[in-house]
Amino acid sequence: MKTSTPLPTKTTATTIRINTRRRVADRGFTLAVIACGVLAVIPLLSVVWTTVSKGLGRIDVAFFTQSMRGITDAGGGALHAIMGTLLITCAATLVAVPIAIGSALWLVEYADNATTPAIKTLARTVRTVIDVMAGIPSIVAGLFVYAVIALTVGPGYRSGLAGAFALVIIMVPVVERSGEEVLARVPAELHEAALALGVPKWRVILKVVLPTALPGLVSTLLLGVSRIVGETAPLLLVAGFTDSMNYDLTSGRMVSLPVYVYSQWQNKGVDAAAYDARAWSAALVLLLGVVLLHTLARLIVRGRKQ
Amino acid sequence: MTIAIEKLNAYYGELHAVAGVNMVIPERAVTALIGPSGCGKSTLLRCINRMHEIVPGASVVGSVRLDTADLYAPDADPVAVRARVGMVFQRPNPFPTMSIAENVLAGFRLRGERLSRSEAETKAEQALRSANLWDEVKDRLKSAGTSLSGGQQQRLCIARALASKPDVILMDEPCSALDPASTQAIEELLDTLRIEHTVVIVTHNLSQAARVADRVAFMATIGAGDGGHLIEYGTAQQMFHDPVQPATQDYIAGRFG
Repeated sequence: MKTSTPLPTKTTATTIRINTRRRVADRGFTLAVIACGVLAVIPLLSVVWTTVSKGLGRIDVAFFTQSMRGITDAGGGALHAIMGTLLITCAATLVAVPIAIGSALWLVEYADNATTPAIKTLARTVRTVIDVMAGIPSIVAGLFVYAVIALTVGPGYRSGLAGAFALVIIMVPVVERSGEEVLARVPAELHEAALALGVPKWRVILKVVLPTALPGLVSTLLLGVSRIVGETAPLLLVAGFTDSMNYDLTSGRMVSLPVYVYSQWQNKGVDAAAYDARAWSAALVLLLGVVLLHTLARLIVRGRKQ
Repeated sequence: MTIAIEKLNAYYGELHAVAGVNMVIPERAVTALIGPSGCGKSTLLRCINRMHEIVPGASVVGSVRLDTADLYAPDADPVAVRARVGMVFQRPNPFPTMSIAENVLAGFRLRGERLSRSEAETKAEQALRSANLWDEVKDRLKSAGTSLSGGQQQRLCIARALASKPDVILMDEPCSALDPASTQAIEELLDTLRIEHTVVIVTHNLSQAARVADRVAFMATIGAGDGGHLIEYGTAQQMFHDPVQPATQDYIAGRFG
């Protein structure tokens, strides 16, 4: 080819110059995204700020050492509610986590590799049921346990354990779904490596899959605990309310922090300000408890890694 | 330990992957399986320690014998078979939750076999020495296995396989994820492994097969939908310099695959 093309001096000059429109669009988009981030955090910070500023008032020794037994004005504390929250949450977690992680293991490690149609159908059914369970309003979980108790033990029965069972119904789908995701992320190569060493499958799961997935499983556990620790409605229904200490999960009414907050606000005595102050302080204790739990869990996982 | 494969057919569901392979793999030698992608060489390898059947829907018909023991006898336990045969994978796969020392002894620990402290130290050192890794890691046995370089990780995996004293070692393209220097380290290692072990190695790298193998088996599919056949099997010398089958000649010459 002899025809020479003219040198594209002009085009080159224009294409390397800064494109103002593109730059403006880029800046605009970046700012918009940052604004969304800030917007998302504002209500959260506002909640934290209000809770801290209003809640600090009753953070005193009495608040952590006394119940509300016989208190009708200022004073008293939330020890019974703190204990109630600890006991009910621990009981619910102890029941829900093995069920949830167990079924997640079965789905990921066994059912997904199955070739039998019956097992595949069962796995699909289990997944659908768990999805539906995840959508159940917590009050319905409470009503379910209420109905079961009314039909078996009697309509007046209230206990921390009954509350814990309502929370199990709420916690299982949350932990199961997130656990499934965490377990599915354990690389297949690690399964192969262990199986090729002549390790039976159940030991591969116990000694390789679970330890490898541990950091994720801890997050899963926290997700589940966070989901139930603030639950109010189902506990109000089946665990009831009390002003007194109760360390026995199996009998008697047991109050938790959210229910305490609700009742302090709802049933104010003459000295309304004292009730409000206790409600805010109990909310702050709950908030700090969740933060502490998250921090501890992170530290444990990090400590194990090193 | 000699491996005798007879009328071996392997399937993934309906898909026929290995078709009627008969071969005897000699002990104390390196045997390379070569052939184009999808010819069933990895599948054949995984039939030798019954790892093929862990794939959902996979099945095997035929027999594989280690000396006299039939691995596919009705009363043969696949878990016991795998404990006697070592395997090294394409990508290094040390256990991320374990230290270097724990990775080497992972077989014992995961199978629940207890070792005394001195026994554990001896076994770990022996295995790491046999894998030519001891000098590089002896001062940091407690660091994570995943903190090593790719080539070191692969030798760690070889040490892990060797620690259980297997007679047979299967390697599925062990160098394909490694740089040339690490590859060379593993090839040198193969030279010492062959003294005591039956080594079977799948490789895509013909010059590697020529460098390390005593015997070479060439596999290929013949028609569409048909599994991989063993086309030709002989000494490395004969396979690379004087192949009989036209398909082998073409493959060696780089005309297909």
